[in-house]
Amino acid sequence: MSQLINSILILLVLTGFMLLSSSRLAACIRAIAIQGVLLGILAIAVQGRQLSMAGVLLPLSSAMVKGFVLPWMLLRAMREADTVREVEPLISYNLSIIAGTAALGLSLWLGHRLQLSSQLASSLLVPAAFFTSLVGMIVIASRRKALTQVLGYLALENGVYAFGAAVALRLPILVELGILLDVFVGVFVMGIAIFHISREFNHIDADKLQALTDRL
Amino acid sequence: MIVLLIIIPASAGLAAFFIESDRLRRILLLATASAQTALSLTTWIVSPAPALGGWLAEDALGRLIETLTSVLFLAASFYAVAYLREERRQTHSDFEEGFLFSNAREASFTACLLFFLAAMTLVAVSQQLALLWVAVEATTLASAPLIYFHRHHRSLEATWKYLLICSVGIALALLGIFFLAVAATNPDGTTIPLTVQDLRSNAHHLNVPWFRAAFVLLLVGFGTKMGLAPFHTWLPDAHSEAPSVASALLSGALLNCAFLGILRAQEISVAGGLADFSDKLLLVFGLISMGVAAAFISGQTDYKRMLAYSSVEHMGILAVGVGLGGAAVFGAVLHVINHSLTKAMLFLVAGNFLAAYRTKNSAEVSGALSVLPVSGVLWLVGLLAITGSPPFGPFLSEFTILKAALDHGQIFVAVLYLVLLAIIMAAMAAPALAMAQGTPAADVKAAPQRGLALSVVPAMLGIAVLVMGVYVPPVLTRALREAAHLLG
Amino acid sequence: MLSGSILPLILAVMLAPLMQAVITRTKSVMAGRVGQPLLQPYWDLLKLLRKGAVYSNTTTWIFQMGPAVGLASVILAMALVPFGGLSAPFAFSGDFVLIAYLMGLGRFFTVLAALDTGSSFEGMGASREVTFSALAEPALFLGLAALARQTGLLSLSPVLAAISTVTWMHAAPILSLTLAGLIIVFLAENARIPVDDPTTHLELTMIHEVMVLDHSGPDFAMIQYGAALKMWLFAAIIIGVAAPWHLGNRLIDLGAALGAMLVLGIAAGIIESSMARLRLLRVPQLLLVAIVLSALALAL
Repeated sequence: MSQLINSILILLVLTGFMLLSSSRLAACIRAIAIQGVLLGILAIAVQGRQLSMAGVLLPLSSAMVKGFVLPWMLLRAMREADTVREVEPLISYNLSIIAGTAALGLSLWLGHRLQLSSQLASSLLVPAAFFTSLVGMIVIASRRKALTQVLGYLALENGVYAFGAAVALRLPILVELGILLDVFVGVFVMGIAIFHISREFNHIDADKLQALTDRL
Repeated sequence: MIVLLIIIPASAGLAAFFIESDRLRRILLLATASAQTALSLTTWIVSPAPALGGWLAEDALGRLIETLTSVLFLAASFYAVAYLREERRQTHSDFEEGFLFSNAREASFTACLLFFLAAMTLVAVSQQLALLWVAVEATTLASAPLIYFHRHHRSLEATWKYLLICSVGIALALLGIFFLAVAATNPDGTTIPLTVQDLRSNAHHLNVPWFRAAFVLLLVGFGTKMGLAPFHTWLPDAHSEAPSVASALLSGALLNCAFLGILRAQEISVAGGLADFSDKLLLVFGLISMGVAAAFISGQTDYKRMLAYSSVEHMGILAVGVGLGGAAVFGAVLHVINHSLTKAMLFLVAGNFLAAYRTKNSAEVSGALSVLPVSGVLWLVGLLAITGSPPFGPFLSEFTILKAALDHGQIFVAVLYLVLLAIIMAAMAAPALAMAQGTPAADVKAAPQRGLALSVVPAMLGIAVLVMGVYVPPVLTRALREAAHLLG
Repeated sequence: MLSGSILPLILAVMLAPLMQAVITRTKSVMAGRVGQPLLQPYWDLLKLLRKGAVYSNTTTWIFQMGPAVGLASVILAMALVPFGGLSAPFAFSGDFVLIAYLMGLGRFFTVLAALDTGSSFEGMGASREVTFSALAEPALFLGLAALARQTGLLSLSPVLAAISTVTWMHAAPILSLTLAGLIIVFLAENARIPVDDPTTHLELTMIHEVMVLDHSGPDFAMIQYGAALKMWLFAAIIIGVAAPWHLGNRLIDLGAALGAMLVLGIAAGIIESSMARLRLLRVPQLLLVAIVLSALALAL
């Protein structure tokens, strides 16, 4: 079981790098989809012997939403936006990968510092969760297109969710559903906003949305 | 009864989506707002029973904020009905760049308003922290379409920034809540449930480093939503582009709900004896917010952005008040009420200005006292109130905070607080006074027969602000004291 | 000190061109052709040895030394690599550093020889080669370091001998990451697709080919043979990690290792046939990914 969890976590880290280094929008969306599915499997695997109905259904539905429904919505938004389907980042891909490596180092250090007294299924859980969140923030900060910013937000949420799975949080069902619903509706609203942006501006470069600024 | 408070606006919102008739929809809006306010006021007389196994309950703090939200929403809905009626009549050409744009469907605007109310109410009554998080995120999602009412590129930009920045902040707050759950895990494996009550009573058993990290994340996350600097960047854009009704609700009600998230964490911190750590953080961020606001208000040419930065300033004052502890907390909770009433009034008045003068530039607005007598007077009243002059409400609360700072020996904080308030007063007074006085430009005619509510509603809010400055009803004082007691 | 057996070295020297032939044959079969006979590389080497060499007037002694040093360094490096359960002829603590630097020495002289011709064509190839090697070398080092850390030993022969199926069961993720990194380095150092196309003769796409364009006769034979040996070297390290069966019987182990080399050759041929070469801009990213994979394997 520990091997399985370790392998899932390493794949999770690899999807983070895939998100950072892909130049095609579709590949980035696929990376997030794989992350969603991996997280569902992780949430089930972490429970070990104490599987329950809710414990399987919730991660499964979360994996379905994050792995299939949301990417489908984002792919549709990408097609409707009728934009160049390249990521066009603000920093080069090489620099993104290096930043990702630094984030990985930081997460490993943080995971080592935060000695969790409770039994963790693997020592990689907390670092992998932090790494995914950090990758999300790097993507939000360093990508131009509004669509990639949404992907970064999803990666951030995935990282937080992974941390929740890591500490095997027994959150009540209502709350878990609420969180899932929030993420779903959030991405839905963002997808609609992207559609409007593409119609209004003929591009989805969030970088160019600079009409409202203040100078000191 | 508590569940009713949430279900009524939520179902009304759903219904509003499908109602075709404008008149019927507006009546629904007013009816729901009135019912909600009535229900809130009854909770002051008869305490409602907790629901959902203790997850939804009204403590003193929650009741205050919930009632405030309902009252503001009532005022806003009357204004909104008149506003929507006006908007229907005209073609819309953008004031700054002259292009034509359209508005969103009135049905979706009304529905989102009602969902917004439901979500904010849920934040106020939620005792379970994760549920509170869900509600705060729901407020973001419900209010984003409100900002995008006028369909043009600037409001779209503001909406996008709002959505993204607030969602990222809220995601960090979720991480904070997970950290809190880890902190609430006893060494033997059992967990303390994530309700405010349970966490407060077991506060001494919380794992301290994890709680500290959790508090930081919650402060950053909810602070983003609240408008604390340096996470406030969405605030000016959203407020300047949204219609005034939405701005009033955002500043007057939403920021308080986000603050509630931080207050819940502070309650636990105080109960666990970790107040030193959290107080320091609150003070730092509060002062930074006031400083940033002072910097950006000086030389601000857009009067709606000026009001937005003023909101940032007042959120800073709230953080400073809670961070000081003791009597200052009473001042802070009082200030929540005062600021909300005043800021809502100011935004509604600004909306009237915008309609009459057709410009957002404060230099181009003059002679408001003659063109829009009621709104002009209220503008001056609001200016005096928001910068902290007696005899208005904010003066009382800001003074209480200042006095507590001096009493506690925090001289540096008190001096900085005073200096920043003075800078902001000077920076706001000059353009605002110029807007009210003087002679209007030739092409500005007195506003045609616009809705009565457009002037009456801000006037009522203004009277409330004046009353709060002179006489705080004892029932309110008791409630404030109870709320402040929770926060140390 | 002769601690191991000389068999790995002898096998490498004899069979290295055969591996190249296997890859070429696989590619031909995948393309639907019959392809060259398997012994063709040997005949090509003999043919080249019989020819005379032509030297340009602009070159100096460096140009003649380049191929010789390249071949010598690879043979020396080969003497440190174990194969099929047999220890290398020479093994001492830290020998994998020597391997990496011997490869570096060979590369350095090849590049010098290319620059010595004074042609901008070779210079272009030299600069590309050096850029990619600068990124491939850390990946190689980190991968070998990860292996060393995993087994706790510092010499290549004991490290590869210590990796067994048990190690794989305990540390599968780490070993797979290392393997992935090493495979990418294998593709990069031996100028295979997706890093470089060994059969192309178009200016824009050549990296390794263009550096050796001016060599002829025995010099070219030395370069070809050196390239084959280099490929065998990397392949031996890879199958040391990927095919960890040590059954005790020497003959079976050797046979298994040779079989694994064959499989690796066929796999390389399949990869070459099914992928296109990466844009030059993307090759550094691929190598960065290899570095990250190896670093990850080391850190875990």
